[in-house]
Amino acid sequence: MIAEKTITWFAACSVSDVPANGGVCVKNNDTQIALFHFTRRDEWYATQNECPHRMQMALSRGLIGTQNDEPKVACPFHKKTFSLVTGECLSGDACAIKTYEVKVEDGVVFIGIDE
Amino acid sequence: MKVVVIGNGMVGYKFCEKLVAKNTAANISIVVFGEEVRPAYDRVHLSEYFAGKSADDLSLASKEWYSENGIVLHLSDPVISIDREKKTVFSHAGVTESYDYLVLATGSAAFVPPIPGVEKEGVFIYRTIEDLELMIGWAKKSKKGAVIGGGLLGLEAAKAMLDLGVTNTQVIEFAPRLMPRQIDDAGSKLLHSKLEDLGLTIHTSKNTTAIEGDAAITGMRFSDDSSFDVDMLVISAGIKPRDELARAASLEVGPRGGITVNDNLQTSDPFIFAIGECALHKGMIYGLVAPGYEMATVVVNQLTAIANNTPLGDGGSFTGFDMSTKLKLIGVDVASFGDPFVSGDGVRSIVFDDSVKGVYKRINVSADGKQLLGGILVGDAEQYNMLLQTCKNKVVLPPNTEDVILGARGGEGDAGAGVTSLPDDAVICSCEAVTKGSICDAVKLGYETVDGIKKCTKAGTGCGGCVPMVKDLMLHTMKAAGKVVRNVLCEHFDYSRQELFDLIKLNELRTYDDVLNMLGKGDGCELCKPPVASILASLWNEVILKKGNDTAQDSNDRFLANIQKGGTYSVVPRIPGGEITPDKLIVIGQVAKKYNLYTKITGGQRIDLFGAHLSDLPNIWEELIEAGFESGHAYGKSLRTVKSCVGSTWCRFGLHDSVSFAIRVEERYRGLRAPHKLKGGVSGCIRECAEAQSKDFGIIATEKGWNLYVCGNGGSKPQHALLLASDIDEETCLKYLDRFLMFYVKTADPLTRTATWLNKMEGGIDYLRSVVVHDALGMNAEWEAAMENHVNSYECEWKAAIETPELRKRFTHFVNAPEQKDPTVVFDPMREQKRAKEWK
Ligand SMILES: Cc1cc2nc3c(=O)[nH]c(=O)nc-3n(C[C@H](O)[C@H](O)[C@H](O)COP(=O)(O)OP(=O)(O)OC[C@H]3O[C@@H](n4cnc5c(N)ncnc54)[C@H](O)[C@@H]3O)c2cc1C
Ligand code: SF4
Ligand code: SF4
Ligand code: FES
Repeated sequence: MIAEKTITWFAACSVSDVPANGGVCVKNNDTQIALFHFTRRDEWYATQNECPHRMQMALSRGLIGTQNDEPKVACPFHKKTFSLVTGECLSGDACAIKTYEVKVEDGVVFIGIDE
Repeated sequence: MKVVVIGNGMVGYKFCEKLVAKNTAANISIVVFGEEVRPAYDRVHLSEYFAGKSADDLSLASKEWYSENGIVLHLSDPVISIDREKKTVFSHAGVTESYDYLVLATGSAAFVPPIPGVEKEGVFIYRTIEDLELMIGWAKKSKKGAVIGGGLLGLEAAKAMLDLGVTNTQVIEFAPRLMPRQIDDAGSKLLHSKLEDLGLTIHTSKNTTAIEGDAAITGMRFSDDSSFDVDMLVISAGIKPRDELARAASLEVGPRGGITVNDNLQTSDPFIFAIGECALHKGMIYGLVAPGYEMATVVVNQLTAIANNTPLGDGGSFTGFDMSTKLKLIGVDVASFGDPFVSGDGVRSIVFDDSVKGVYKRINVSADGKQLLGGILVGDAEQYNMLLQTCKNKVVLPPNTEDVILGARGGEGDAGAGVTSLPDDAVICSCEAVTKGSICDAVKLGYETVDGIKKCTKAGTGCGGCVPMVKDLMLHTMKAAGKVVRNVLCEHFDYSRQELFDLIKLNELRTYDDVLNMLGKGDGCELCKPPVASILASLWNEVILKKGNDTAQDSNDRFLANIQKGGTYSVVPRIPGGEITPDKLIVIGQVAKKYNLYTKITGGQRIDLFGAHLSDLPNIWEELIEAGFESGHAYGKSLRTVKSCVGSTWCRFGLHDSVSFAIRVEERYRGLRAPHKLKGGVSGCIRECAEAQSKDFGIIATEKGWNLYVCGNGGSKPQHALLLASDIDEETCLKYLDRFLMFYVKTADPLTRTATWLNKMEGGIDYLRSVVVHDALGMNAEWEAAMENHVNSYECEWKAAIETPELRKRFTHFVNAPEQKDPTVVFDPMREQKRAKEWK
């Protein structure tokens, strides 16, 4: 049997609130989510805001980019990098981060929370 | 099988390393006893301890390495006896270990001639890190040094004395010339005069008869009845193999010491081997690492063959070893290879002797002129590796034999071309016996850096002498494969920083995306964004948060503040030259109180306010700017501070007004974006209270003007700044600084401080001076204009940020709840202030 994921979408902010090729931090109750607009690739990504290396709420302030075409974010603290697609740590030594789905409708950015 | 190794020096370690690598079946257990307190370290580079290497840097492998590889290591625990009947050893601490095979790698001790007085304080030998530490302590109070021994080790010790600051040092050699075992008379003479130029006094044919003084040494007396005052002496007159244990166990030893071994390196007991400097092979003690490593390999091959019951092949015997050496003695290259002295029937020698330049070269060539037999190089040993390989591999010499030492005149001067003529089985790294073929194979497999090749093949990890050749081979192999060898930024840009700098300027590109579209590929990353953003800032002097460049900035630049533990920021207003009015001090105090900030004086004479929430930054800066402060750029790769001493306005020694000059300099270069941070200092006199010589540029007042020093560095690898120009006036000083800084900004690699930039610069400070002072590149007018442009277009970034709503809006933690601060930020109280909560 395949378990269906139920996704609840919540409106995070408007497209223009997020800097081009950068990130912002979104509050969803007690959860902090890093939301990125990879303008160059016309893609949106969302991950947990906390860097698992030293538990710092900082990933939304990190630089984004690609490594062999894999979109990634670098934590501002010690430059550990994480895949924006899978959440896997690309610097090899920290745990993976959680990722969320993102959609844009009428200039509003929605983040999908799975229960 | 159980193998016990006595001695954990260079060769003992190498034995373990090779045995572990070869013992894939894991059927050999290893126990090691070492007398010294630390695991084996690189004795060959012991002198680098003075140049700032730590014991850890010299270490060959950590204690963990031994345990990870299942080796039991007893340190500080010498073996005191061997029971050969029971095949057991006993240690000082009472450990008893049985063995199937025993390996003696006890090395040697310094040979101390029986001169009356050798036991006095202030008399040292030079072999271990402990010896060195004792020397460092004593050298502090010494002025007149002496070294007994003018051979390889003695000159190494003399260098150590100079490094220790005992510049008045005499070298005493018993033989009629220096390094009698390696070089000939003419070479010795040249070395002699070069060393004297460096401040050493050298006595040959001099025989010490007594060391004078009560408890400590005060002087030395010689057989010719002369004497002089000495307060520190290093005896480096040769080595004495450590054969005492072997002797007590009735193993055969040589008449002048050394444990006798056969070609299999077995002692007179077939279950006991001896390797390294304690072994006496065919009447010869090899006082170098490379033969010791070869011995280790020979024994490893035999033991693994026995343990696995496999045939031995031809790797099981030691047939003698080439004693070629190359040393850099106090800045003078000395090398000898093959047979340096051969003469006689049909052997021809070609000698090049230039006493003006201080270069002596001699090569010995076979009668038919086809083969190189050996030679000597003093003053310039650049061709050593090539000559050694040509000699060892019997490569046929070119018709104009003299070319090999003089270089082909009038032809193409491709220094690396020579490596191509070597056969694939030429041994390039003799310490690790790595051939040209295996190095080239590694390169073909994708190891395209020297470090990579070192890891993969181990070439260059011993004495390091072959590294330049390894690099040449790497470059050649890559070139042959059609690869262009470049120092590129990252996978998105095939350019070095300097190339990008020029291209961005030429094409007048102004945003990161434009640069990426035109010059790069893909979508960028954290490695290329900050350097490109920095280049754009250096070139165009526009506010760095301009749309399109904001998210390319390193995250500290993006928020114009330094992120600190816990995710809050620190705020550093500029306080030029460290001068501040009481009113401004009060404002800082008030702001800190209002926003609950931790305050601390920084190392650069400013005040740092820590613990600011992202959303408070614009408000804090609004108040600071209102009071007349501006950004201090503590977050940027740009000018930080120009530290100053109080100078002639108050100080009774001050020659000029260092504070006013520091303020002028700081205000001129504030906001200048560079490959790395920049720090300056100005002192009012030679007492140097501003520590200007530890800065990227330092200015020190003299009677006649100012001395300008450049490329100093504090940080993890401290380095003193070097004198660029002396007794210049303020205007000239600024002009030189403009040029120097622009030269650096334009050419340095990302995250390279000025000190490293200079260290990598061919020609060093002399070249830098020729560019900055004598305009060797013809760039000075352009650089001065660029600096003028920077000065005129400077504006405070924080002022721009708080006045532009678009920019100001970014300083919030939650995009969807801008009024809320990050609830996860926690502080702990400490000494009436606060600190960031310790992270996990
Ligand atoms: C200042 C200096 C500069 C040098 N420069 C060069 C150079 O440029 N090129 C070059 O090729 N060579 C150079 N050498 C020589 C090189 O260091 C030696 O050839 C090499 O260290 C020999 O290695 P080894 O393992 O045989 O002896 P060592 O490195 O001396 O190691 C022997 C170890 O065994 C220990 N030991 C002795 N007896 C016992 C016991 N009973 N129980 C337990 N442990 C014991 C000793 O304490 C020591 O740690 C230099 C040496 C010095 C001192
Ligand atoms: S460096 Fe000279 S002028 Fe400056 S404070 Fe020290 S002693 Fe005085
Ligand atoms: S020395 Fe180290 S701990 Fe101290 S401020 Fe610098 S980086 Fe931080
Ligand atoms: S806290 Fe993110 S890399 Fe260290």
